[in-house]
Amino acid sequence: MNWVITTFSSSLGKKLLTALTGLFLCTFLVVHLLGNLQLFYSDEGLAFNTYARFMTTNPLIKTVSILLYSSILGHAFLGLYLAYKNKKARPVSYASVNNQSVWASRNMGVLGTMILLFIVVHMSDFWYEYHNEDGFPFKEYKVELLTGKVSTSAKSGLDKGVYVDYVQDGVRTVIAKDLFLECKEAFEQLWYVVLYVISMAVLAFHLSHGFQSGFQTLGLNHKKYTSAIKWFGLVFSILIPLAFAAIPVYMYFS
Amino acid sequence: MKLDAKIPEGPLESKWTKYRSKVPLVNPANKRNLEVIVVGSGLAGSSAAASLAEMGYKVKVFCFQDSPRRAHSIAAQGGINAAKNYQNDGDSVYRLFYDTIKGGDYRAREANVYRLAEVSVNIIDQCVAQGVPFAREYGGLLKNRSFGGTQVKRTFYAAGQTGQQLLLGAYSALQRQIGMGNVQMFARHEMLDVVVIDGKARGIIARDLVTGNLERHFGHAVLLCTGGYGNVFYLSTNAMGSNVTAAWKAHRKGAFFANPCFTQIHPTCIPVSGDHQSKLTLMSESLRNDGRIWVPKKAGDTRHPNDIPEEERDYYLERRYPAFGNLVPRDVASRAAKERCDAGFGVGNSKQAVYLDFKSNLINKYGRAEAAKLGIQNPSMEKLIALGKEVVKEEYGNLFDMYKQITGEDPYEVPMRIYPAVHYTMGGLWVDYNLMTTIPGLYALGEANFSDHGANRLGASALMQGLADGYFVIPYTIGAYLSSEIKTKAIPTDHPAFEEAEKNVKSTINQLFSIKGSKSVDYFHKRLGKIMWDKCGMARNEKGLISAIDEIRALRAEFWKEVRVPGSADEFNPELEKAGRVADFLELGELMCVDALDRKESCGGHFREEYEEDGEALRDDDNYKYVAAWEYKENTQWNLNKEDLVYENITIAKRSYK
Amino acid sequence: MSGTMNLTLKVWRQKNKNDKGAFATYQVKDISPDMSFLEMFDVLNEQLISKGETPIAFDHDCREGICGMCSMYINGRPHGPLKGVTTCQLHMRSFHDGDTIVVEPWRAQAFPVIKDLVVDRSSFDRIIASGGFVSVNTGNTKDANNILIGKEDADEAFSAAACIGCGACVAACKNASAMLFVSAKISQLAMLPQGDPERKRRAENMVETMDEEGFGSCTNTGACSAECPKEISLEHIARMNREYFGAKFTSQNVK
Repeated sequence: MNWVITTFSSSLGKKLLTALTGLFLCTFLVVHLLGNLQLFYSDEGLAFNTYARFMTTNPLIKTVSILLYSSILGHAFLGLYLAYKNKKARPVSYASVNNQSVWASRNMGVLGTMILLFIVVHMSDFWYEYHNEDGFPFKEYKVELLTGKVSTSAKSGLDKGVYVDYVQDGVRTVIAKDLFLECKEAFEQLWYVVLYVISMAVLAFHLSHGFQSGFQTLGLNHKKYTSAIKWFGLVFSILIPLAFAAIPVYMYFS
Repeated sequence: MKLDAKIPEGPLESKWTKYRSKVPLVNPANKRNLEVIVVGSGLAGSSAAASLAEMGYKVKVFCFQDSPRRAHSIAAQGGINAAKNYQNDGDSVYRLFYDTIKGGDYRAREANVYRLAEVSVNIIDQCVAQGVPFAREYGGLLKNRSFGGTQVKRTFYAAGQTGQQLLLGAYSALQRQIGMGNVQMFARHEMLDVVVIDGKARGIIARDLVTGNLERHFGHAVLLCTGGYGNVFYLSTNAMGSNVTAAWKAHRKGAFFANPCFTQIHPTCIPVSGDHQSKLTLMSESLRNDGRIWVPKKAGDTRHPNDIPEEERDYYLERRYPAFGNLVPRDVASRAAKERCDAGFGVGNSKQAVYLDFKSNLINKYGRAEAAKLGIQNPSMEKLIALGKEVVKEEYGNLFDMYKQITGEDPYEVPMRIYPAVHYTMGGLWVDYNLMTTIPGLYALGEANFSDHGANRLGASALMQGLADGYFVIPYTIGAYLSSEIKTKAIPTDHPAFEEAEKNVKSTINQLFSIKGSKSVDYFHKRLGKIMWDKCGMARNEKGLISAIDEIRALRAEFWKEVRVPGSADEFNPELEKAGRVADFLELGELMCVDALDRKESCGGHFREEYEEDGEALRDDDNYKYVAAWEYKENTQWNLNKEDLVYENITIAKRSYK
Repeated sequence: MSGTMNLTLKVWRQKNKNDKGAFATYQVKDISPDMSFLEMFDVLNEQLISKGETPIAFDHDCREGICGMCSMYINGRPHGPLKGVTTCQLHMRSFHDGDTIVVEPWRAQAFPVIKDLVVDRSSFDRIIASGGFVSVNTGNTKDANNILIGKEDADEAFSAAACIGCGACVAACKNASAMLFVSAKISQLAMLPQGDPERKRRAENMVETMDEEGFGSCTNTGACSAECPKEISLEHIARMNREYFGAKFTSQNVK
């Protein structure tokens, strides 16, 4: 298995891993965004909270999430290691530089580090609390299936593993951790919204280079398709962060 | 001394074949103990080094550049000839041989040239096998273009970068051998002397250009593949570093220098723009395929070229040489340009230029063909030009860009201004059929020798000769010598001859530093170049040559009194390198004039104003059908040795392209 | 053509590879716009020699844009402000009277400075020696036209083979990566049937040598291609990636 190590420890091998993890994280962004869009529902968070429950308990999703966490860590570690090695490849820097490349492409390390910091903040606020905090708020939903009318009441003091979802007499009762409330409270603070919006802008720049760069590293550069990949990458890098950023802004104003 | 060219017996067609099957061989076990030094890494050097290493010899290669890939072969543009007859237009080995002898104005050796034509076909095979990306037809077959001095299409090419592609092919073969440990490479090293022991070349003294250290290297044989000496003119199409030093040191150690006055002035170069000019840039001869050369019919016409109507243009080559037109050989085209300019018809600010115009071919030849292909009826002039441009771009794009870069004018819109410039030197170290000089064990390959081009080289033949010598000639002919050297053990480099040679090199270097004069090396080089260009250039005469010899001697004396070489010997010192080279040019320049003075005839690149007929060169076969091989005596005195040229297969005729 | 110009030059001076080096400032006068950049340096050097100072060492040879020897980093860009042009083909008409021009050597771990603006690029030769060839001994060939190569493939291979090995790609890259150089050779031979038998070995070995020489890795910024005097395309880097991964995952080499 020597060759596996030599392959992935070569500069190209490391780039391959960076590209693969990066593109995988792009697909994660899409899934994550689709889930988060449920925050726009005016259902007091019913859809979102049941979705959150699903995402944290489904065995398949849990398995994939291990891949996700290792991708984030691997992508970050490889990126920073390559940035360090690349710095060493030019021990004496130029006095004057007029580099003929796009700004984002030259600053992926910095942009990536900012994103990593954001992920830490983001996960410790939501993910960590959701998983570990005792006294995390719960909410009970009563949905009249005939009319669709929803009534809610806050619950507390429940054990952190509790989840209830049953139908009786035409009424669906759901008791779930209220991540929706956490979001609402978080995004009532302006500085927090600003942090998110800025982070998404950083993500946009990172993606604007990273998306198409990933394909180039995989060797997918072709006269016929590269322009399409570049175009799609640009649209992707604008739309996805924009949609993410829209959520805290929306929640702040609503 | 009686010169023996060692030409094999028998009919011309079978000389080389018979030679190859009879030449003594060295068995593989012995090859490993035989060391060969190759100086220079151009087409000849790289191909020779790679081929010899493949055969099993221990090879050391030296070049003064930072990598063997930089050698000036890389700048060759137009193409390489080979008698493949892929175009079914009547080409053959004999025809290539004949064209080359005739193009050389009957001053080349029959047997060598025939061998060159024979192996030309192998060169193309070899290069293609190495992955050289020659131009191709859509069907995947190789493409050819035509070149000056021939009526067939036999030139293989890769856009305007053929030399580059061929050199990179040879370089890759060389690098492969370096990687395998069969060749030791010494880049940024300059050979400063040949070591001769018991009359045989046994090694060299080289200077490590980075540290300044002098090194001694032993070899059972030494191959000089060091190119031509065109830089004696200061301005030439050669690279800045191209020099005669290796060949000249060999000459001073006993190798005869043959036909030094045969220099090729290339007709299509970008004209000089001012005193600051450091070198001249060639525009490939292949452009004459598609460009028409003209000057205004009216002397001193200052109109913009595009404003001069067709009937007021003098397409003087087409007028004077209807059979070959714009594709006459280089010497003829150069002299015709000089004649027009001297008569006051020159163009541009300096009036030392003629036009090379692509418009009519852009429109008619390419534009119309493309329009027909695309089925465009009655295309407009703009459309034709646009279509033609695309084709021309593919064929010569890099040349057009280069012209624009240098002159600031767009040759697609305005005709190029061109003027002849020193380009190639047919003369060089005298070698026999084996490519061995008059010092046993010392060989000269490629442009460094004199052998194949006579008094004028045809376009696309230099690449052919360099690679022929390196890939296909020396690997056989060196066996004739080395087979008798298998008992010679490597001579330790503390041998007195090595010590003596190194001491001499050191004292020359010390002398250069000790002068501490007031003038730079370039100052002397420029002055030498001017003397050479004015008096030993495109046209020569007795009076000029005699005075040139005096002037060069005086300049040489001044150089050794007044030159200033800054820095020291134990560091990277480009000024010191230049000084050594110019010192050698200052001796060579004199020999060139001596040779030109001796040759009282006009032939090829050597045009003596006294010997002409209706403006055409007047050769004197009765008295000058020989190779002038000059033997160095003390203090720049030379003895002339003559090798008579015997033509058994070709009837010598007046060279006519009319 | 406009008149002559006076310029201020800030040039990197370094005695040898162990010296620390520093910028020196020089004035040059009456520079003609028709001069090449190197001819302007010739003028400056003549000036320095006449003052008894050491002239500036710089690499150059053919001065027609093909040997790849010239290597100046001018105002923050390898080979100066023009696209597709080497330093020797850069002419002073691209500058203006009164300009200050900063000239530095190529900067990379793998290109140590020898003196002033001269660097050691022998790492490139070692990369080629590790696989940038077709293993064919002299004479071991068949007729050239027995190998058919479609025009498109031949042209594409040529566009890669046009590389002059100057190192501007490394100089331009913020990571001092040699990917464009290495990929040009791998790609050229990958496009041609002659290169096919040893394509896997070639890709593996050349990349390994490239890494050993201390070049940085590619982050696809594209600065290399933008500065390449022969305008070699990034497609070759992608092709090299394919060649390398293809080789690594399918070759018989288990090391």
